[in-house]
Amino acid sequence: MAATGLGAAARAGGDPLITEVQEWNRKLGDGVGTYAYGMPSPHESHVVRRTLPWLTGDATSSSSFTPLHALEGIITPNGLCFERHHAGIAAIDAAEHRLMIHGLVDTPLVFTMDDLRRFPRQSRILFLECAANTLTEWQAAQVNSCQFTHGMLHCVEYTGVSLRHLLAEAGVRPQAEWLLAEGADAAAMSRSIPIGKALDDCLVAFAQNGEALRPEQGYPLRLCVPGFEGSMWIKWLRRLEVGDKPWGQREETARYTDLMANGRARIFSFEMDVKSVITSPSPDVGVRHGNGPMVVSGLAWSGRGKGLISRVDISLDGGRNWRPAEIEEPSLPMALHRFRAMVEWDGSEVLLQSRAVDGEGYVQPTRAELRAARGTSSIFHNNGIQTWLLRPDGSVENVDVS
Amino acid sequence: MCPRMPVIATLMAAALLSAQGQAAERLGLGRAATRGEIAAWDIDVRPDGLGLPAGEGTIAEGEALWAEKCASCHGDFGEGVGRAPALIGGQGTLAGDRPMRTVGSYWPHVSTLYDYTRRAMPYGDARSLTDNETYALTAYILHLNDLVDAEFVLSRESFGSVALPNAGGFVPDDRLDEPYYRDRATPCMTGCKAEVKIISRASDLDLTPAPAGRPDDLKE
Repeated sequence: MAATGLGAAARAGGDPLITEVQEWNRKLGDGVGTYAYGMPSPHESHVVRRTLPWLTGDATSSSSFTPLHALEGIITPNGLCFERHHAGIAAIDAAEHRLMIHGLVDTPLVFTMDDLRRFPRQSRILFLECAANTLTEWQAAQVNSCQFTHGMLHCVEYTGVSLRHLLAEAGVRPQAEWLLAEGADAAAMSRSIPIGKALDDCLVAFAQNGEALRPEQGYPLRLCVPGFEGSMWIKWLRRLEVGDKPWGQREETARYTDLMANGRARIFSFEMDVKSVITSPSPDVGVRHGNGPMVVSGLAWSGRGKGLISRVDISLDGGRNWRPAEIEEPSLPMALHRFRAMVEWDGSEVLLQSRAVDGEGYVQPTRAELRAARGTSSIFHNNGIQTWLLRPDGSVENVDVS
Repeated sequence: MCPRMPVIATLMAAALLSAQGQAAERLGLGRAATRGEIAAWDIDVRPDGLGLPAGEGTIAEGEALWAEKCASCHGDFGEGVGRAPALIGGQGTLAGDRPMRTVGSYWPHVSTLYDYTRRAMPYGDARSLTDNETYALTAYILHLNDLVDAEFVLSRESFGSVALPNAGGFVPDDRLDEPYYRDRATPCMTGCKAEVKIISRASDLDLTPAPAGRPDDLKE
C-alpha cells in the first residue's frame, strides 16, 4: 500500500501532503481552553474499551476490555483501563465517602477522604489483571482479538496510603489472620485477604496516573493488592474488617475458584502467574508494511515473588525454536514489562508466540500444559502461551497449536 | 477446607507486625467508630455463623418473597431465567465438560447464601431485605435444593444443622506443584517440539464483534 502510494506521488512530482500547503498549516487552530479536559485526537477514536455483548446477560455485571494492541510502553491511560463491575459503577461524592476499620483492632476507626490525605503517601506503578483474563481460550482459540483475549489488564501509577499504616492506626490484634475488604457499590463487593499480604505491600489508593481515581476504578478509594487477582482490589472501598478466619464470600467461593478436571476446585488462588502476550502484530493490528523489518512488541508480567520479569523469548514457528526479546526500561516490581524483538519478516506464514520467565524462575506454560494439569473448566488463571498466525497478506488470526 | 493458608498468614503477620511495631507511629488521625456505625455496615456472615443476626425465616415466607422479588431472574424453581444464575441443579456435572456451578452443586457454605443475599440481592435493590426476610429466602433456596424439608425454620440456632453437598469440594492453591512450575527449569530454546499443528482457530467460531476500526484496518 505505502509503496504504491509513494510511486504515484513520485510520478506527479511529489507527495501532495508535502508539495501542497495543508489546511492545518494555513488556518488558526482552536485556542487554549477549548478543551478543558483534553481528549485524544479524533483520528484515534478507534482506541476505546470494548465489550463482548454475549459474555454476560447484563452490562451492570460485566467487563470491558483494554485495547492493549493500540498502546505503547507500560502505562494504561485512565480512560482505557478495563472495567469489571459486579453491580455497575457506584456514583459517590468523595465528601460523602467514609472508610471504616474494625474487627480485631484496638480502636475501630472511621476516616474521611480528608483524613486519608494526611497520611504519608506512596506511588507505585502496578499491573492489575482480572483472574478471568483469557477465560475464552481454555477450550480452544475462540476470540480473534488481543483486546478480548488479554485486555482484562491494566497498569497505572497508583497513589495512596500504605494499608499497613492505616491498620497500625487502628492497632491490629495478634490473633489477626485475615482482612475483609468491602466496597460501597450495590454488590458490596467483598474479598478476604490474608493479613500477611495486607501488612506487606497493599495500598489504599485515591489517585491513578496523577489524577483522582476514575469512577470506573473505584472513585474515591480503592484497594491495591499487588500481584493478586483483580477482584481483590476492592473498588469504592468503604470497610476493612480484621478477623481470624476467611469470610467465605460469594466472590471467593462460588466465583473466583478454579474448577479442575477432577471436579474439585482450588480456593484462594490469589497470585497472578507469569504471563505474556504479543500486542503487535495481533489480530487487532495486522502487518501493513509487507516484507522486511518488523517490530514484535508485547507485554509480560508476574504476580509472584517481587513481580519482576527476567526474560522473554519469542518464537516464529509455534514454539519449536525461540529467540530472546529485549525487555524495555523501566522494569518495575509488580508492573507490566514491555518487550520488543526486531524480526526480518520474509512474508511467509509465521506462528508468533511469546514466553516469559519471571524473577522467581517460573516459566510461562503452554496452553496444552495447562489443560493437561487442570482441564478446561477453570475459567480463571489462564496464563498459557498465546499463538498468533501471521499470514502472507499481513492479517493475523488467534490460533491454538499442538 | 484450607489447611495451609491460615498457617502461612499467621507466620507472615507475626513477622510483619513485629517489624512494623517500631516503624509505624500512630498519627491519631480519623475518629473512633461508634457501635451504631459498625452495626450498620458489619453485614458479613462467616462460614462458622459469626455475624448471623437474631431472627428466623420459614419456607412459606421465603416462597412468597421469592415469587415477588427473585423468580423473575432466577426462575420459579431457581433454574435461572436467561443469563441470570441458576441456583439449583448441576449435581454430578463438576468433572464433566459442562459443569454447572450452583448453590446445590458447587457452593461450599450456607453462610454465603445469607451473606450474599443480604449484601447484594435483589439485584438492583440491594440492602432492602430485613434480616428475617433474608433468613426466609435462604431457607427457601435450601428447600429448592432439597436440602431442608418444608417445615424447616432457619435461624442462628438451626443454621449449623444444614451443610451444602460440595462443602468438601475445595482444595488449597497448589499451582506451584504443577510440572511446568515445580522444577523452575531453564526454558528450551531450539528444537523444542518435533512438529507444530494448528488445532483450533478463532475463525472456527464467529464470536468476535466487528472492530471499531479505522477505514484502512485489515479485514479479520
